[in-house]
Amino acid sequence: MTTSAIAVSGLRKAFGDKVVLDGIDLDVPAGTVFSLLGPNGAGKTTTVNVLTTLMRADGGTVCVDGHDVATGTKAVRAAIGVTGQFAAVDEMLTGQENLQLMADLRRLGSGEASRVITGLLERFDLAESAQKLAATYSGGMRRKLDLAMTLVGNPKIIFLDEPTTGLDPRSRRTMWDIIRQLVAEGVTIFLTTQYLEEADRLADRIAVLDQGHLVAQGTPGELKRQIPGSHVRLRFAGDLELDSALRILTDSTRDGQEDLVLRVPSDGGAKSVRALLNQLDAHSIEVEEFSVHTPDLDDVFLALTGRTSTKVNAR
Amino acid sequence: MSDSMIMLRRNFKHTVRNPVAVFNAVLFPIVLMLMFVYVIGGAFNVGVKYIDYATPGMIVLAICYGLSATALAVNSDMTKGIINRFKVMDISRSAVLSGHVVATMLRSLVAIAAIMGVAFALGFRSPASFLEWLGAIGLIVLVSFAASWLTVALGLAAKTPESAGMAVVPLILLPFLSSAIVPVATMGAGVRQFAEYQPFTPIIETLRGLLAGTPSAGDAVAAVAWCAGIALVGYLWALSTFRKRA
Repeated sequence: MTTSAIAVSGLRKAFGDKVVLDGIDLDVPAGTVFSLLGPNGAGKTTTVNVLTTLMRADGGTVCVDGHDVATGTKAVRAAIGVTGQFAAVDEMLTGQENLQLMADLRRLGSGEASRVITGLLERFDLAESAQKLAATYSGGMRRKLDLAMTLVGNPKIIFLDEPTTGLDPRSRRTMWDIIRQLVAEGVTIFLTTQYLEEADRLADRIAVLDQGHLVAQGTPGELKRQIPGSHVRLRFAGDLELDSALRILTDSTRDGQEDLVLRVPSDGGAKSVRALLNQLDAHSIEVEEFSVHTPDLDDVFLALTGRTSTKVNAR
Repeated sequence: MSDSMIMLRRNFKHTVRNPVAVFNAVLFPIVLMLMFVYVIGGAFNVGVKYIDYATPGMIVLAICYGLSATALAVNSDMTKGIINRFKVMDISRSAVLSGHVVATMLRSLVAIAAIMGVAFALGFRSPASFLEWLGAIGLIVLVSFAASWLTVALGLAAKTPESAGMAVVPLILLPFLSSAIVPVATMGAGVRQFAEYQPFTPIIETLRGLLAGTPSAGDAVAAVAWCAGIALVGYLWALSTFRKRA
């Protein structure tokens, strides 16, 4: 037995002659959050499907909770919970009945089941709609019910495949809070996402997946050091202002695409931004437009692969 | 409680919440029965009272009519996310499917009970002994079991709910091309040969023989063999399709 919740080495998977995963190595220590970051079509869902026993790998070894997914399938299934991209709820059952179905399948006794179900309904703010059919739930409520169903039976390792894709910002925040609570309870989480911000906020380690290869792996800090940091964009009315600003702000560079725009590295915080603007003010340089730019998935991809993720999508 | 029982309870709740499916399965065969007995049946000379001739065929029709709801339910399970949830849990692979099969059989039995009620009201009488009744019920259960597994397989194999609905249409039409409504001997050439060799003719003849108190061993063997074959093909096809579709 190791302390790895998930250990993957040399994982390969192809559909016909289209190689989807081409030698993936991962190690997720128990009790941590691991995020697989990548654009649509990078192979995130395929990875989750193999790790959760839905698909067989073509090559390599995959151990989940210390059991090989190929030989210890039953033991793996007993240890994991999965919430996929599309809410896996039974629309013809009520929220309460959906949870009861999971409790029955997990063989919880009736006393424990009703305690667990009441607790989950409370926690996910679904108690009021518990007696309504899931078909009447909103998208955000379905996701919450889906995750609640996954939690019945206390799985040790939870796979979340793009849990916030398509959710409004408020539901996304609720989901993030729930994920943090789970981590605090000692659950291991394997999270896939298209959002750098999400991985940054939640994950202990991030791996970047691109066309079936891991192009980078590390803590959010390590990863962000590899990509251009956040910066402030300043637009000026004319060349005169731009030239004087270039002289004062020694670490600034001209924007590659727009003529009258300067990029100034900055953490984007109020303090540093105020200092920057005061500096320009002291030299009477007028700034026409001002914006703070934080790195997103596109920057990560540009830095790591030399392509933007949108190009990957368009492929 | 076993996985299969849990799944059956789930399918049962679905059925209760979708009474239209039950209503269809019960109502249509009854309408057909009234139509044939009162409107068309008078024109046929089948040698016995027409209601006595038609009832076994109507029972089989009632089984077949209930199948489209099953194909749709199985397909919607597959095309929505819920199936992946079941697959990543440590539950028996066949439980999800057998839940559908048993729910379908129960629905069929409700429909058949309704048909029998109407048949008796219309003057159907059977001289069959207790053992013959038992044989008839056994055959009905067997036919329903076989047709349900085949339907589950069809529902699994279909890509969309619409094509799942279409896939069972042949099963609903086959009884019309059998001895359900008129004796095979009165049919035109071509249709007659088809009717003689398709599974529903020996099944309906066996059922008719049992209910008339004159069971025929030859038909019974063919009927049971057909049912066993259809059930086996349906079961194996369903399970392999279920494993393949992630």
